[in-house]
Amino acid sequence: MSARQTASPRLYDCRNAFAATLEEIAERDPRIVVVVNDSVGSSKLKGFCKRWPERSINVGIAEQNMVGVGSGLANGGKIPFVSAASCFLTGRALEQIKVDVAYTAANVKLVGQSPGVGYGELGPTHHSIEDFAWLRALPNLAIVAPSDPWETAEAVKAAAAREGPVFLRVSRFGVPQLARPEGAAFAIGKAETLREGGDVVIIANGVMATRALDAAAALAAAGVEARVVNMASIAPLDEAAIRAAADLGAIVTIEEASIRGGLGGAVAEVVAGYRPCPVRILGFPGFLPTGSVEFLFEKYGLTAAGVERAAREAIAMGRKQ
Amino acid sequence: MTMEAQESGTAERAATVALIREKARAIRSHALNMVYQARLGHPGGDLSVADILATLYFGVMRVNPTAPRDPARDRLILSKGHASGALYATLAEAGFIPLEALATYMKPMSPLNGHPNRNCVPGVEANTGPLGHGLPIAVGVAIAGQIDRAGYRVFVITGDGELQEGSNWEAAMAAGHRKLSNLTLIVDRNTLQQGARVAETNEVEPLADKFRAFGWAVAEVDGHDPNALIDALKRPESRVKPLCLIAHTVKGKGVSFMEDQVGWHHGVPTDAQLDQAMKELSLT
Repeated sequence: MSARQTASPRLYDCRNAFAATLEEIAERDPRIVVVVNDSVGSSKLKGFCKRWPERSINVGIAEQNMVGVGSGLANGGKIPFVSAASCFLTGRALEQIKVDVAYTAANVKLVGQSPGVGYGELGPTHHSIEDFAWLRALPNLAIVAPSDPWETAEAVKAAAAREGPVFLRVSRFGVPQLARPEGAAFAIGKAETLREGGDVVIIANGVMATRALDAAAALAAAGVEARVVNMASIAPLDEAAIRAAADLGAIVTIEEASIRGGLGGAVAEVVAGYRPCPVRILGFPGFLPTGSVEFLFEKYGLTAAGVERAAREAIAMGRKQ
Repeated sequence: MTMEAQESGTAERAATVALIREKARAIRSHALNMVYQARLGHPGGDLSVADILATLYFGVMRVNPTAPRDPARDRLILSKGHASGALYATLAEAGFIPLEALATYMKPMSPLNGHPNRNCVPGVEANTGPLGHGLPIAVGVAIAGQIDRAGYRVFVITGDGELQEGSNWEAAMAAGHRKLSNLTLIVDRNTLQQGARVAETNEVEPLADKFRAFGWAVAEVDGHDPNALIDALKRPESRVKPLCLIAHTVKGKGVSFMEDQVGWHHGVPTDAQLDQAMKELSLT
């Protein structure tokens, strides 16, 4: 899918872009294999498994083994995409991710499916709002949360081409294809300015990028110009983009993750060491009550209105400084 | 086979066994000196695994120290990464790293960390240390070999107490299910873990039955007898099952005061103890 001039009204499940792109790459590169924990359907990998049964390794419901097997496959010259619900992949197999993948610098691609609160009503056991914080502490591991189908496809290609460990956070929650200038390019570790503005900077990733754009449009209608930065990669981190945001003096971050240690934490760390300014961090505060994805987004202000409010607060706080 | 071929085969085997014994003696001696100099380490486990490592590197595996990442190489994953002293000593004797490097064991900035890192030490296949990681990794390598129809074999050594980690059984199940006949697990069955006997802590027996039930071929062997180890590690009869070799060993083997003593899991010999250990090893 090429970058598009205008946003589409249709909503996309980014898992489809992940699976389709992986099949495209796998056609050309026999080193690509997938490793799953009975998560063929939830990873949208039925097509892959049908086309390449020998390159599809389903270890069953055994995440520690799944990640270790991924590391071993990399030792044997393969490029494994280890794909599972993000909550189980990152929570159950964290030590394997730390040692067998990150410390080993193994050429393993971890794909956290349906992260954040993608499983909605299934509750905190199935939510994966901690994954950013857990994984961001690990050296060597690139962490990428694409915002739409185009970026998901580009991120899958970039992950396959990169020598070393990558964590891709692929959402199931429907998002539109974002508007991008012709020739837009994706690179791991590079932030993307989706909209220019001089009053406040909204830094978002994953499914929240579209909400940040909606908030910017609402702010613009009221005369407030917001820059919107899509920070799909939180490791490596585009510190230059964050420093530029700090120069502007008011920042809002929004992510489908815990408010502790994720995108907001990463931004705040850079801002604190460079030029302190207000950083309003939007995300989830803890274990969450029962509710649909949209309900949880509404309840915790992960909406265009919530971002707009936080942006005004950040601007006001910045003026007081 | 002709009588002459048999005889030459026997002579060849005798020479291999003699080499393995000599290397095992050197590995033990290096490992103890390394622990002594580092004032830190795991001598008991180094000594129990020494004959297994010597047999693999000098009698069984196809590896080339000048091409440590040759895709066709056999792999050894030391899951009990705390026996790093024995592994580094083996790799030095096999020519992967210089013998002089052993003196840097656990010294500041040394590539020879307390637990092995493949990115720092040629010949190390996996970064191990936390227990229960090696077997899943070995299963992954074996699957890669199976996909490629490659001829290499994958060996992994675990401790026996280590088998209390559940990840091993996830991997054992997958290996049996996938019929990974290119995979061999060697259990360094020294019956001791860090704090006590395995049997007193959380018994792993009946071990052979467990692996058989998981779809493995199982053999038991004296883990200090190179001849028996070579026989057991020859390309397995079974082409449809992974092999679990339960190698009965003695923790601290070769040094009388360390043998079967739980206290020597960790432990640093005094000057007098080191002298005595070296004397005893020279007689083995």
